[in-house]
Amino acid sequence: MTDFDAIIARDQRIEPRDRMPDAYRATMVRQIAQHAHSEIIGMQPEGRWITRAPSLRRKAILLAKVQDEAGHGLYLYAAAETLGADRADLTAKLISGAQKYSSIFNYPSLTFADVGVIGWLVDGAAICNQVPLCRTSYGPYARAMIRICKEESFHQRQGYELLMTMMRGTPAQREMVQDAVDRWWWPSLMMFGPPDAESPNTARSMAWKIKRHSNDELRQRFVDMSVPQADALGIRLPDPELRWNEERGHYDFGEVDWEEFRRVIAGDGPCNAERIAVRRAAHEEGAWVREAASAHAAKRVGRAA
Amino acid sequence: MSWPLWEVFIRARRGLNHVHAGSLRAADEAMALHNARDLYTRRAEGVSIWVVRSEHITASSPEERDPFFAPNADKIYRHPTFYEIPDDVPHI
Ligand SMILES: [Fe+2]
Ligand SMILES: [Fe+2]
Repeated sequence: MTDFDAIIARDQRIEPRDRMPDAYRATMVRQIAQHAHSEIIGMQPEGRWITRAPSLRRKAILLAKVQDEAGHGLYLYAAAETLGADRADLTAKLISGAQKYSSIFNYPSLTFADVGVIGWLVDGAAICNQVPLCRTSYGPYARAMIRICKEESFHQRQGYELLMTMMRGTPAQREMVQDAVDRWWWPSLMMFGPPDAESPNTARSMAWKIKRHSNDELRQRFVDMSVPQADALGIRLPDPELRWNEERGHYDFGEVDWEEFRRVIAGDGPCNAERIAVRRAAHEEGAWVREAASAHAAKRVGRAA
Repeated sequence: MSWPLWEVFIRARRGLNHVHAGSLRAADEAMALHNARDLYTRRAEGVSIWVVRSEHITASSPEERDPFFAPNADKIYRHPTFYEIPDDVPHI
């Protein structure tokens, strides 16, 4: 048994300078980078509502929430760098499409109700995925997830509170909430990844204790949590097959449109091109700032010498 | 051109040590401190921040962990439980 296997078997954490199998390192870099990219791209659907928030209170909240997502991206890029990845290189891979981000962020945010539904469902699904990752086997990733999970609770609650406020409003506002839920429910279920039968890497990730639960387990957990929350809100989840199953002790639900999931992952979602174009523009238009800061730092070092 | 990597250490409150929080990229130390504040203390997680260039840290090697830490393994007399004191002796 190698040191690596022994550490995993004892349920301890792998740390950056430990010896690890190349495939473990590669899997970890890919997963952490993809997670970081999702946080960064995830700022866009809500970010476009910051200037149009209906009150100063909502604007301040939304700004803080989107700023948190930037922070999550940076914690995760820092974790990826402990494995020898380079941040500038990861950004280049995001922009070129060589690395992916979560399919959920390729859907448009059409009304302000979407801000609430994203907080409730998208951050809610993210929490389901992320809580078990606080115990993932790679130390820096687990520590980043602990920090992130502490902040996600605010994200979900502000979204739910926003929706409760709108549900107490006019019929038109209630319709906006229902419409947003109709559009985001199924893509939220896709956030847990393909069904277990079609998730070939799951077994290895479980053996390495990167993952603690399968995609389908987490998806079920999310559905079970969301139904009573939807009832309390007074909205309908857009799934005619959704009903309590006494025997299983879980809600049964309909089949996700996996064809759509594959299409969006492959680049053909409603907003894929726009999301990358915006990220690329931010990167290119920020180049002069990065260069100026480097020039300033070099000049100060030169003066001190 | 890319900015150097910095390690960030945060004192959560008075009376505690600075603890490693993570890393970040910044052009110089002033920017590293500002970025560390924005990244790691958005919710009053700290009252003091240290930043240090990652390349300036020297670390012990995990490969040599056993020989490196061996000198402390066989000195059990450094622990209070090594000494036998009768139960009826108070406050010791
Ligand atoms: Fe996040
Ligand atoms: Fe979030």
